[in-house]
Amino acid sequence: MFGYALLLIIAMSLIAYFVGRSAGSRFATNSQEKIHSLPSYHGAFVAVWVGIPALILLLLWVGLQGTAIDQLLLSSLPEQMTEGASASQLNLYLQEIHNVTTGRVFGEPSPEIKAAAERLIRWEAIARWAMLVVILALTIVVLMITRAQLSPRFRARNNVERIVSGLMIFCATLAILTTLGIIGSLLFEAWAFFQMVPVSEFLFGLNWEPQIPIREDQVAAAGAFGAIPVFTGTLLIAFIAMLVATPIGLLTAIYLVEYASDRVRSTVKPIMEILAGVPTVVYGFFAVLIVAPAVRDFGSVLGLAVSPNSALAAGGVMGIMIIPFISSLSDDALNAVPRAMRDGSLAMGSTRSETMLNVLLPAALPGIMGGILLALSRAIGETMIVVMAAGLIANLTFNPVDSVTTVTVQIVTLLIGDTSFDSPKTLAAFALGLVLFIITLCLNVLAIRIVQKYREKYD
Amino acid sequence: MSAVAVAANDKAFETVRTPDPEPRPIKIKASDVSVFYGEKQALFDVSIDIPERAVTAFIGPSGCGKSTFLRCFNRMNDTIDICRVTGEMLVSDANIYDPRLDVVELRARVGMVFQKPNPFPKSIWDNIAYGPKIHGLAKTKAEFDVIVEESLQKAGLWNEVKDRLHEPGTGLSGGQQQRLCIARAVAVSPEVILMDEPCSALDPIATAKVEELIDELRENYTIVIVTHSMQQAARVSQRTAFFHLGILVEEGPTNVLFTSPKEKRTQDYITGRFG
Ligand SMILES: Nc1ncnc2c1ncn2[C@@H]1O[C@H](COP(=O)(O)OP(=O)(O)O)[C@@H](O)[C@H]1O
Ligand SMILES: [Mg+2]
Repeated sequence: MFGYALLLIIAMSLIAYFVGRSAGSRFATNSQEKIHSLPSYHGAFVAVWVGIPALILLLLWVGLQGTAIDQLLLSSLPEQMTEGASASQLNLYLQEIHNVTTGRVFGEPSPEIKAAAERLIRWEAIARWAMLVVILALTIVVLMITRAQLSPRFRARNNVERIVSGLMIFCATLAILTTLGIIGSLLFEAWAFFQMVPVSEFLFGLNWEPQIPIREDQVAAAGAFGAIPVFTGTLLIAFIAMLVATPIGLLTAIYLVEYASDRVRSTVKPIMEILAGVPTVVYGFFAVLIVAPAVRDFGSVLGLAVSPNSALAAGGVMGIMIIPFISSLSDDALNAVPRAMRDGSLAMGSTRSETMLNVLLPAALPGIMGGILLALSRAIGETMIVVMAAGLIANLTFNPVDSVTTVTVQIVTLLIGDTSFDSPKTLAAFALGLVLFIITLCLNVLAIRIVQKYREKYD
Repeated sequence: MSAVAVAANDKAFETVRTPDPEPRPIKIKASDVSVFYGEKQALFDVSIDIPERAVTAFIGPSGCGKSTFLRCFNRMNDTIDICRVTGEMLVSDANIYDPRLDVVELRARVGMVFQKPNPFPKSIWDNIAYGPKIHGLAKTKAEFDVIVEESLQKAGLWNEVKDRLHEPGTGLSGGQQQRLCIARAVAVSPEVILMDEPCSALDPIATAKVEELIDELRENYTIVIVTHSMQQAARVSQRTAFFHLGILVEEGPTNVLFTSPKEKRTQDYITGRFG
């Protein structure tokens, strides 16, 4: 029925468009005055006014119809059934009525329920038709009202412009509100966590053992929520990743900008883009199946005890993942250095590498720093690779061949399996998420500020 | 367009030349220089002698190849991938397109100042010391200090910046930046200084200062300047060359070229009939 209603609205909008347009073209041919807007704007004006309110009505109707009918159903039940019944009791009745209408009955329903189910079927049919009729009526009324507004001097063009910009503002606010909502829920749940575990223990505690008993009779440790080992693990892995990605990415960018011939550039750039498009889960099993064993074998040759899920393997593969990120941002930064700067240096008689080292890199440094910070924030927030390749136990260590865990890994493990939303174990995930959010937000803001400041200098 | 066709088909096109009344020694000698950007030819068999310790101005409507020709003198055209230069170019009697020649060394001898001031994003001191540093002209800080001061003196900038040598060069005004660029070029003691419309981004007062400076520099350096302003050419140069559509139409002493041009196109251009 929703589909029919949508078709109806589209059809009415089309009709409205043609009505408006033909009115417009009649003004254009008959009127003495100069017509303000082109006929198609008249059409668009009427069509938009017919379409959008009807669409909003449709969405509201679909959203509210269920609850409205449920309320009617409850009030139509005999008094002795609803008298003093709890909310969950009433819910059960409704459930049963709905089940009867779809034919899923267990045992024999009572006659009251059966009667109610019949009423439900009847009302739903009425509601469906009512919806179509109301929408049809609304569109016709609006069509007539807006049609009556049209005249040769009517500013349909400006009106359409206003409606379109209103639509765009609406979409933008929607995106912002969603973000605010997410942040709000994060804050709310983290707040609940900090009611159970003090902030100081969370931020400065050295022990992370979140596996606490959920039921009274379970045997488990008491649980400890000191997040320092989780943070240090995250930093260790991100640091290793940056150690791999920064030099390789930067040198790639320098090579592409300054030394590569056009042919090389046009082959290497797409390859880097492919690297950037590989799903992180693929990097993940690359880390687990190839890099981690290789690191371990290499370590055993050197006589090192390498953990099977070492920070080195996870960080190294994560580094490979962010190489294209750093190289493309550095590439942009280097390319943004005005050609005059490069020419000036070359004309002084410096070689290309002297020019790069003394002039281009210093000039592009803010942009490159911005890129590195953005990459770091990605490394810290990256989840899939570390879930697959890093450890689960929070070790407080900076040894790259040990196993460490990260914030994202802990969030995932905390929310997998038996969860209940009032245990500190589950809520800890939100606290970790909040910290992660704040850190990456700060990094991003810092990076963007640096990049912007640097742009101002040359424009 | 017809001039291009003539020049391309008929190599016999002759540049009208008026010699100096008392000839000067020749610093740069270009013979039959042609420049191609990919398939497109931008310069057609240009031959010219540039006198030593004098200012030579290149004038002509925009797009006629003045900058292209100027960039041949220090092989800056090498930095443009699609650009190809043919012909012969002698600086101090040595062919600069000889494959054995070191471009880096050539550019130390033939300095360049660009249209838009382009100081490096470094301190004033570092801007000047940059060239001497890469060419190994000085070793100690004191030696560099001497070069920096001398160069800034020559560019007439010393008094304005002596108290802020360690502030960024980009913080100076446009005219000061351009004089900083001239000082930077002077710092490596070149023989020739090329200037591509050095005043087109400057206001009249800054322009006057730079013109005055060019006149002083003439004593020690051979200067080639591209300008779109005929008044400027008349003010600062001893010889002028007029380019049109990639050919060198006429060259001669500046006063002769501006007062009694021999070619119709030169006359039309300096009287403002096109350009
Ligand atoms: N980098 C380049 N690539 C291709 N064509 C160029 C390039 N630079 C200049 N040209 C062409 O060469 C001709 C001469 O340009 P230019 O020397 O800059 O003229 P001018 O300095 O006299 O205004 C113009 O037609 C221009 O389009
Ligand atoms: Mg030019």
